[in-house]
Amino acid sequence: MAETIPSGDNTLLRETVAVREIGRVERFLGPENYRIVMGLLKTPASIMGFILITFFILVAIFAPLIIPPVNPNDPYKIPRDGYKSEPQPMGTIWNTSPPPLPFWWKPIMGTDHWTHILGTSQGQYDVFYGIIWGTRTAFRTGLMVTIATFLIGIIIGSISAYYGGWVDNVIMRIVDVFLTLPFILAALILATILTPRIGKSLYPAIIALIAFGWMTYARIIRGDILSIKERDYIMAARVIGVKDSRILFRHIIPNAIFPTLVLASLAVGDVVLSFAALSFLGIGTEVGYADWGQVLSFARNWITSLDVYWYIIVWPGLALVLYVMGFNLVGDALRDVLDPRMRGKT
Amino acid sequence: MVTYITRRLLLVPVLLFGVTVLIFLMLQFLTPVERATLYVRDIPKNNNAISGIIKQYGLDQPLYVQYWRWLVGHTVGGERKGGILFGDFGYSRTASQPVADLIRLRFPNTLDLTIWAVAPVILVGIWLGVQAAVHQNSIIDQAARIFSIVGTSFPTFVFGLLMLMLFYVKLGWFPPGRISDWASIIVRSPDFHHYTSLLTFDALLNGRLDVFWDALRHMLMPILTLSYISWATFLRVTRSSMLETLRMEYVTTARAKGLSEHDVVFKHAQPNAMIPVVTLAGFSVIGLLGGVVITETVFNFPGIGQAAANAAAQLDVVTVLGFALFDGLILIVANLVVDVMYAVVDPRVRLS
Repeated sequence: MAETIPSGDNTLLRETVAVREIGRVERFLGPENYRIVMGLLKTPASIMGFILITFFILVAIFAPLIIPPVNPNDPYKIPRDGYKSEPQPMGTIWNTSPPPLPFWWKPIMGTDHWTHILGTSQGQYDVFYGIIWGTRTAFRTGLMVTIATFLIGIIIGSISAYYGGWVDNVIMRIVDVFLTLPFILAALILATILTPRIGKSLYPAIIALIAFGWMTYARIIRGDILSIKERDYIMAARVIGVKDSRILFRHIIPNAIFPTLVLASLAVGDVVLSFAALSFLGIGTEVGYADWGQVLSFARNWITSLDVYWYIIVWPGLALVLYVMGFNLVGDALRDVLDPRMRGKT
Repeated sequence: MVTYITRRLLLVPVLLFGVTVLIFLMLQFLTPVERATLYVRDIPKNNNAISGIIKQYGLDQPLYVQYWRWLVGHTVGGERKGGILFGDFGYSRTASQPVADLIRLRFPNTLDLTIWAVAPVILVGIWLGVQAAVHQNSIIDQAARIFSIVGTSFPTFVFGLLMLMLFYVKLGWFPPGRISDWASIIVRSPDFHHYTSLLTFDALLNGRLDVFWDALRHMLMPILTLSYISWATFLRVTRSSMLETLRMEYVTTARAKGLSEHDVVFKHAQPNAMIPVVTLAGFSVIGLLGGVVITETVFNFPGIGQAAANAAAQLDVVTVLGFALFDGLILIVANLVVDVMYAVVDPRVRLS
């Protein structure tokens, strides 16, 4: 739909005012958010990032086709080939209870028995299995932590900004207190406390990362709401007598949330870094759980012979780095797009 | 300025109260018996004795009573037990010594590492950022950008393990740990005076260059790891702040009056561009002082971060919380210093 242009000789007007079609997507997102999305889709770096993220999403979805679990009821347990301590090199034949052969094995590998494609780590845990199924763990933990911290941040941030006064003051001081403890140390403590109480699983680390991860969102959303609260259309809504809660939920939050939402979706990568760090320190999951940090933590016992067993750190490390880099590439482009000086440019 | 600093000082007791309450609340997840190590060394095995201790130290009392006791300690038979205000953080089950002693033993190592890591972490990061900004959109800028994205994507422990693989196992240049055995014998000998309890400085003051070099050699990998992961952030912040400053009108004025590009960039633009970087630098020193848990653990460096990680791996909560409390106190003071420094550097802050 073109904007209406006055009839008559309007060449000058046509030259000065850019007339352009407004598509459905733009209508739905609004001009500012539309600019953010288009900015991301046009930068080479963020396209690389999207490709990496898509690749990992596909790996996570098709994990059972890439390497079927030995025990379908417990797919996150990395299968072991015996109990020998030393890692075995890449290409070793899988002797004890190999997983069922997937459809792609015979045409590509030309044999009909499993080999440890990327070798085995300490205790004969298969590295390839750990990486493929670890992708699912990465997304599960990343999504759970991000969604939870985001929601908590939004609720606390909006309450703080909307009520202002002493409520705001108290909430912001609580945020300060939570930010005072170093993040990894605080998460480490809470995970340590929770582990004996809820058992070894993903949850102690997840809860710990949530408990000390919401503050940034609360601060950002608070700042955004405070600035939107002063805009004319909010004043207009007040004047015609719209209820407070309706103003907050229908007018302020939807307008304040989009940049934070994009930031949050990119935090899915960062969460995995902290989660892997915790499980590298031995907090959280049981030994042999398909999780990248867990697979990497085996290397701690083989430091003096890492030149021989390099594959126990290089492959899971590469998976972790590429995964996080996918999100960081998009995030870096986003920072440019969100930069206020870029507004109005496409 | 005075108002700003006063307001900022008033925040300190609030934060102190908040952090102690937060840690105290986390302690409440523990059973009363586990919490008893805050006050007593040996937890007896039989049930009667245990309930006696719980009664004696009021571990079944209401929360506010327990919080107060936790702060000021209990007087048992004329002797004070516990009391974090008196520096008694409880007894570490895993290290078999009081938590406060453990901190006293480990903190100098962390401090030593911090002192040596500050210059490479901050100065090189800033230099990279200035270069990227001055050569905006050139190959240097693009390379810096890739370098920074890779840097932020690398988990510390993966980077550390790769460093160990290369520099320790393959090349044998830099060992992990704190000091070699031969040097440790010298350090423990009575002739070696501990003036500062910082190993590298003591070695210099004792005139033992060999010990100094040995201690420094053990810190090179942690320093390099810490540098690489922080350069990315310094680079980004410095670059964008520099770009913003270079676009300002006073910079154009400087150019217009015919100053050399070098003077424009380094004498006029850079000092103002450094304002946000000062805060970042402050925070990264604070981060280093708080003990870098992962880096110290990977390189087996006996600082407070590694001690906390070891205690956590053995589920020794009282010890880890002791470290958290210590860190919290350091960080509150350090944050105050950074904020005041910031106000000194940037007049806009102290006037608002």
